[in-house]
Amino acid sequence: MALDKSYLEYPKRAYGHDHDFYEWSMLTDRPKVIWPEGKKLAVWINTTLEFYPLNQRNIPFKTPNGMTMPYPDLRHFSLREYGNRVGIFRLLEAYKKFGITSTFAINTHLAEKNPYLLNRLLKEEGEILCHGWNMDHLHYGGQDLEEERALVKKSVDRLRELSGQPVRGWLSPAKNQSENTMMLLAENGIDYCCDWINDDMPYEFKTPASNLHVMPLSTEIEDQFVLGNNLHSEDSWAQQVIDAFDYLLAEANEQGGRLFALNLHPWLVGQPHRIGCVEKVLAHIAASDDIWQANTGDILDSFKGQS
Amino acid sequence: MKEDLNFFDYWAYEDRPKIEWPNGAKVAFWVAPNIEFYELDPPQNPQRKPWPQPHPALAGYGIRDYGNRVGHMRQMKLLEKYGIRGSISLSVALCEHHPEIIELCKERDWEFFSHGIYNTRYSYGMDEAQEHAMILDSIETIYKHTGQKCAGYLAPALSHTEHTLDLFAEVGSELFGDDAGIYTCDLFHDDQPTPVRVRNGKRFISMPYSLEMNDTIVYAVNKVEPRQYGTMLKRHFDRLYQEGAQSGTVMCIPTHNYQVSCPHRMKAFEEALEYITGHPDVWVATGREIAQYYLDNYYDAALADIARKQEA
Repeated sequence: MALDKSYLEYPKRAYGHDHDFYEWSMLTDRPKVIWPEGKKLAVWINTTLEFYPLNQRNIPFKTPNGMTMPYPDLRHFSLREYGNRVGIFRLLEAYKKFGITSTFAINTHLAEKNPYLLNRLLKEEGEILCHGWNMDHLHYGGQDLEEERALVKKSVDRLRELSGQPVRGWLSPAKNQSENTMMLLAENGIDYCCDWINDDMPYEFKTPASNLHVMPLSTEIEDQFVLGNNLHSEDSWAQQVIDAFDYLLAEANEQGGRLFALNLHPWLVGQPHRIGCVEKVLAHIAASDDIWQANTGDILDSFKGQS
Repeated sequence: MKEDLNFFDYWAYEDRPKIEWPNGAKVAFWVAPNIEFYELDPPQNPQRKPWPQPHPALAGYGIRDYGNRVGHMRQMKLLEKYGIRGSISLSVALCEHHPEIIELCKERDWEFFSHGIYNTRYSYGMDEAQEHAMILDSIETIYKHTGQKCAGYLAPALSHTEHTLDLFAEVGSELFGDDAGIYTCDLFHDDQPTPVRVRNGKRFISMPYSLEMNDTIVYAVNKVEPRQYGTMLKRHFDRLYQEGAQSGTVMCIPTHNYQVSCPHRMKAFEEALEYITGHPDVWVATGREIAQYYLDNYYDAALADIARKQEA
């Protein structure tokens, strides 16, 4: 028995990446970026608001952080709802206390279901970005193009209508995409997508429709990954986020602008025993005079203005 | 399938001939950065799926791409700061994809050894001719781009066949005689270099390349907290340093630019490197240097001791 001979053929073995989505370059080889007022580190705090339907379909795979018990899984359904009715308000308080502007990534379905929540978020300084329809509408490889096209359009159009905001950004549920997702986002006038996490700075992404940008929303330090996936303690999570912040700030001072992106889920860190660690992290960030804390779209505009 | 491929005989750690590293060092210390290229849409292997999600699998691909775009420079500068030359376990297609990284490492006189073509092409299911061709390609690519005669091997994604080690030793001999194909990192049975039996009878050894200290195993499999990894590295070193006075040990830290170079993990790694290189009796070396020193000075004594103890 042997493998098919194509397994030892490498048609894309050439300079750059093995795809044409974006250009290959090392971060240190790019022109230095300086954020407004000469700041070195742009800080993007992202709050992600999600609706996990009870009648989960699991297409094409089990919704991460979704229902796991036989129907009706009231346990996980209500634990996720906790974030939207209780946890978010703890986070909003914390942001206020430390003068943080958060960007809000929201499932359009959630915004539609809970006008009070959306209107409350709109009273903040934060920009609204689209987090897809809901957590059980994944974008995935092999998805029918027209089905996905309709899903993106519905999610973006409806959120623009409900929020009155331009909705320039997109975060896919579970950061999952099809091979067409980026093109469909561009078709709908989306300026930036947060799903790709291969850099510590924004970069341009090419699609057959038009180009857009990636704003890398770090998975490695996000609450869900560290607490929910790695099962680290709250104290360790706070330590990791602070270490990451300090490292990026030092690197930015030496090498030029960097982006620090922290994603938070109210259903997870909005719990009473965890919110203190969020406050510890925010206090550390807010104490620095060397940062530019801003909305995602503003960070992108500053970047594009220099490139 | 066989119950044992008989690469090595049983050889107890106690009462071995003592290894003394250059300048009386107790521990030979090396860092092996895996510099890997994962394909976004690789062909399917019948025995192992490259990615958990249907194409495009952004999560896994993205962080590995981060390693090359962002992480490499961080780790390289850190190793340089502590006087460490990396011994690179290389997905050799990276020579074509990202030659900038190869140049930076060449300038620093780092070692390059073979980790296959891509880390998304597994050896599982290859016949001998195919695996021979793949290994040949990898050694030739390293030579073409770096001028180095590849001394070591770590199978791509740790995917092996029954003949992997034999073939690596043989291809090394075919191309460059005893200058290439002299050590493997694929066996985890010892804290010292040890002879490995290969088909062509070559003087060939296993180099300690600790999976237990491998950042991907620590972080992604065992899900260890970053500061705890720093503690583990120091404890691992302390014990090998202490025992090294009697036995002579090797400590390896296998790393990945997409794990250890993430901003939240650099501090713990740096503290461990500072601690280890701050000890006097440590020989900071490359994989090839350690392997060659062992082959020149201790390999024969080891073979004799192993033979003697088989009868005991």
